[in-house]
Amino acid sequence: MSGQTTAEELGPVTTLATPIRLDFEFTPGVAQSRFLRGLEKGKFVGQRCPTCGKVYVPSRGSCPTDGVPTTEDVDLGNVGTVTTYCVVNVPFAGQSIEIPYICAQVLLDGADISFMGLIQEIPTDEIRMGLRVEAVWVEPEELTPSLASVRYFRPNGEPDADYETYKDYL
Amino acid sequence: MSAAAAKAKRAVRRPVSIASFAQSENVRRDDQHNEVEMLMPVVAEVFANIGITKNDIDFICSGSSDYLIGGPFSFVTALDAVGVWPPMPESHTEMDGAWALYEAWVLLQEGEIDAALVYSFGRSSPGNLNEILALQLDPYYLAPLWPDPVSVAALQARALIDAGKGSEEDFAAIASRSRKDALSNPKAQVAHDIPVETLLRDEYVVSPLRRHTLPPITDGAAAMVLAAGDKAREWSDKPVWITGFDHRIETHSLGGRDLTSSPSTAKAADVAGVADGPIDVAELHAPFAHQEIILKEALGLDDGVTINPSGGALAANPIMSAGLIRIGEAAARIASGQAARAVAHATSGPCLQQNLVCVLEGE
Repeated sequence: MSGQTTAEELGPVTTLATPIRLDFEFTPGVAQSRFLRGLEKGKFVGQRCPTCGKVYVPSRGSCPTDGVPTTEDVDLGNVGTVTTYCVVNVPFAGQSIEIPYICAQVLLDGADISFMGLIQEIPTDEIRMGLRVEAVWVEPEELTPSLASVRYFRPNGEPDADYETYKDYL
Repeated sequence: MSAAAAKAKRAVRRPVSIASFAQSENVRRDDQHNEVEMLMPVVAEVFANIGITKNDIDFICSGSSDYLIGGPFSFVTALDAVGVWPPMPESHTEMDGAWALYEAWVLLQEGEIDAALVYSFGRSSPGNLNEILALQLDPYYLAPLWPDPVSVAALQARALIDAGKGSEEDFAAIASRSRKDALSNPKAQVAHDIPVETLLRDEYVVSPLRRHTLPPITDGAAAMVLAAGDKAREWSDKPVWITGFDHRIETHSLGGRDLTSSPSTAKAADVAGVADGPIDVAELHAPFAHQEIILKEALGLDDGVTINPSGGALAANPIMSAGLIRIGEAAARIASGQAARAVAHATSGPCLQQNLVCVLEGE
């Protein structure tokens, strides 16, 4: 038995590693598929609630206020307004963009909900609420049914939007 | 507990009725609709059945598990299927919808609300169910071994045979009867009329379980409306009342249990008052055929009780909804006049670890 360590000598087990990995197939559903197919064509497709008239982009298939299907597609333009933003200065694992960079909520013209986008082609200290921006898409042959089709948003040169136009979307 | 104390404990403080029930199609794989799109028509139907809207509801409780689709907070986004504006009190159980029903029932007992919506949804197709269900086992000694649910159930079936409580012929007879009954269930996923002798020629999946003793893998959703007070009468001419309700759990250590019996079901049945009157119909959530034998004994059901006229979980087993569906099916038998008093059962966890018993009566 010489050279062997007993359980008593080792002491109690205090940690136990049990690696877990699960793989899933994502089901976007009918409504989100229409949004994703739009991205594949280089455009944002929203959907309108037949009850309250609000336009969601992307829609998960229902109006979260009224609980009814959003059946009508709405082609939204390429242009929107920054409603709020943050400047990312902290490095983290898996970061693919050079810091500092700007992450913003963009309210597309004609939409009633904003979504998150990367803002480029503007110094980080010049980002502001109300900034008018446009989407920059990947090359046509690189378009896929994914938000990766949108490279980023950049200022489009228009004057800043009046606060009144987006104050309900903050 | 004295007999009188037991009686007092099971007393239902406030009558609650199952006013409406709806379920989706039960399919092997619904890769067209997301969870919101699965639920929306079911919620719309459960309201339309009794001519109400979400505005008539005071409380919502849902049952689902994010592990099934691998998406965090899927129960929050699922609320989009109802449209909770103006804001409404809402809760969620990481359990079968039958437990969401229990939570809503408890709140209704308190008397502060009169109507509740309960719904559940489960999509078994996006992931590997054998791996996902292994993760509900004890995380130190069992889950790291990744035992799949069929193998775990096979241990129970083998123990049942060794104890002389059942045979492979008995299991096949339960499967044959269930799927034959399922022929009259339009929502059944697996329904056919195959005699026991033919079934027994199936290969073993994990001995002693042959394919026919296993539940199907199902995507599906279900919803129910509960009503108390004036609303119960307003929404139904012949209300189906919940007259007893309880749930109990056993240890998660499989080695610490006698897998051939279900003391948690027996305890819940006692508190719910199953034996207080004759039972006409029992809808039992027995995903594996042999589990019906264990549940029948624990619930004290005699051979005169019609078990699983819907086909049970062997006909369709949408995880997180199959228990709630048992209660909906039992209520439907009472509403249609086929039964006066019924018991519905739901289970969760491996080998019938946790069990819920609901007694339903008409007038």
